[in-house]
Amino acid sequence: MKFFGSGHGACPGCGLPIAVKTVLNVLEGKVFAVNSTGCLEIISSQYGKNAWNVPYIHSLFENAAAVAAGVEAALRAMKRKDEGYVVVFAGDGATADIGIGTLSGAFDRNHDILYICLDNEAYQNTGHQQSGLTPPGESTTTTPAGRVLPGKVGRKKDMISIAVAHGIPYVASSSVGYISDIRRKVKKAVKFEGAKYIQIHSPCVTGWGIDGSLSIKVARLAVETGLYPLVEYEYGKLTSVKKIKDRKPVEEYLKLQRRFRHLFTHERGREMIEVLQKFADENAEKYGLDLRKEE
Amino acid sequence: MRKVVRGFYSVAYSVKLCKPNVICAYPITPQTEIVENLAAMYANGELGDAEYITAESEFGAASTLVGASAAGARVFSATCSQGLILMSEVLFNAAGMRLPIVLVNTNRALSAPLSIWNDHQDSMAMRDAGIMQVYVENNQEAHDMVPQAYKVAEDRRVLLPFMVCMDGYKLTHAYEPIDLLDQETVDSFLPPYEPAAYMTTKKPLAFGCYAPPHIYMELRVAMQQAMERAKEVMSEVYREWGELTGRDWGGHIAVDFPDSRIFVVAMGSVVGLLRKVVEELRREGQSVGLIKIRTFRPFPVEELRDALKDAEKVIVLDRSVSFGYEGPVSIDLKSAIYGHSSAEIYSYAVGLGGRDMPKDFLEKLIRDVAEGREEPGFAFKGYHEFEEVIP
Repeated sequence: MKFFGSGHGACPGCGLPIAVKTVLNVLEGKVFAVNSTGCLEIISSQYGKNAWNVPYIHSLFENAAAVAAGVEAALRAMKRKDEGYVVVFAGDGATADIGIGTLSGAFDRNHDILYICLDNEAYQNTGHQQSGLTPPGESTTTTPAGRVLPGKVGRKKDMISIAVAHGIPYVASSSVGYISDIRRKVKKAVKFEGAKYIQIHSPCVTGWGIDGSLSIKVARLAVETGLYPLVEYEYGKLTSVKKIKDRKPVEEYLKLQRRFRHLFTHERGREMIEVLQKFADENAEKYGLDLRKEE
Repeated sequence: MRKVVRGFYSVAYSVKLCKPNVICAYPITPQTEIVENLAAMYANGELGDAEYITAESEFGAASTLVGASAAGARVFSATCSQGLILMSEVLFNAAGMRLPIVLVNTNRALSAPLSIWNDHQDSMAMRDAGIMQVYVENNQEAHDMVPQAYKVAEDRRVLLPFMVCMDGYKLTHAYEPIDLLDQETVDSFLPPYEPAAYMTTKKPLAFGCYAPPHIYMELRVAMQQAMERAKEVMSEVYREWGELTGRDWGGHIAVDFPDSRIFVVAMGSVVGLLRKVVEELRREGQSVGLIKIRTFRPFPVEELRDALKDAEKVIVLDRSVSFGYEGPVSIDLKSAIYGHSSAEIYSYAVGLGGRDMPKDFLEKLIRDVAEGREEPGFAFKGYHEFEEVIP
């Protein structure tokens, strides 16, 4: 164990420890970790079995951004800023749903924190309930595919745009499928003074219904189909986009996962696949994802 | 330095002298002027290196204090009513994390119906959180309680949040001549905060771990033990304060006329007027005494048993109600003296939502009990018959 390690109880193939280790290693353990309630907290912070080798705090589900603001303010007030970076690790539900108030407050005040949203697209800790970041068509336990409904109907909340709209210095998306991308973005993010937001797509083997050995492949397919564009904003300006050569149809990503399996048999399955394809096409258009021949 | 100031200033000034590192708050009537005064001090560079943070809600404010306190900072916030209730999830959490956060609650009624006026329903809802609660009688006591709150909360035998409760408007907005503390006095009384454990990269520790059934209960027992120790620590601190400043506010309870047959028990700003009423009734020959409960959590069980062992009648004035039962102070008092006193208990909910409690009202209340015109039990007093019309 270096900064996060032995003793964590994540499933084989879980994206969370991959992302956390990458972030902590890049920052050489100079981190004050603030964690919201969720799977990461449960697998790593049991009393007497703490897997964190950096100062760590978990308070509640919906207040990680405010707690981080407090840690940061305390370090500033006590002239201890050089001790390390204040980094939040929060799930998609904690970020986009229940905790969006405190997140918006921390962004608005531009606290010098790095907020990492580990996006596994549902409340996985409690058994796969839908969150604001669950994509359309996903069957969760609270948006199950039934005789009438084809899983979640509605959009995936655009947290990247919400973060950008706060005017914070740095916003990016990344993926556990691209470790070097996470590394580069974290390294860059902490150079900015103020609030930074990185949303990392992170497979959940049980919730998504995939074999652990397929995690990285599935994470990459999300990017390769355009469903999860990897982008970077500095002071509100789009500064980099991971281009895709020969963007794949969304079916290639969907068919590997149990959460989307019903889409291939359900009466409204085709319609939902089209919604997702349209979502990917819109991303490609908005961010210029497709690597064209002349490029 | 004696100065005529309003209640909120007496608190803000005292907070400044305690040199908190992080202040985080959200405005709510009638608390707002406390943090407005602190914000002005911050803007004028009078708070040293402290950070003053304007939160997006009371929930956020309390959460920010959790982070700051865990990182080793001395912290402060003030709130009341809906704000306190919005903080409640965080406050239960802060107590369990054993963070010595100091709050001032400017007691205000809870909605619905919406009311900005004073009663104690808000802080009573926090009764079981693991937070120490002291109710003050006037603005000098509020001013004096802030440094004492830090000293108790930060004592390594305690390490729990501390809430100073002062009546909204009745105290916060009242002008009173206050002996304002000076920096040397507070410095000599309150040492800089040295946390027993805090977040640092030099020695990584985890805060807020989750506890499976094999350990959760032990940590909750530890909170109870800390509360029990807090009672002793508070006594020490109260005594030291009295010696240092010459202002002795009494112990966990303050008893006037301990040899009386009848006692009135109350908390907060009504105590001042009650003292006058009791003194007048005694001049008439009534055997009436007064018990002011200062420390509500931890509850002064032994002190009340001792004070009421020979009492015949006890009138408890509650400023809140546990609906379906009676006022929480009465409930706790009865439970404390059970088997130790045969006094009849007259449990009255009064002054809810800022309902005025004039002198003649209090006088009649006591006289009716003293002269046998009332039966023991629970009643609301000082309201008008009112037929609620639900169409």
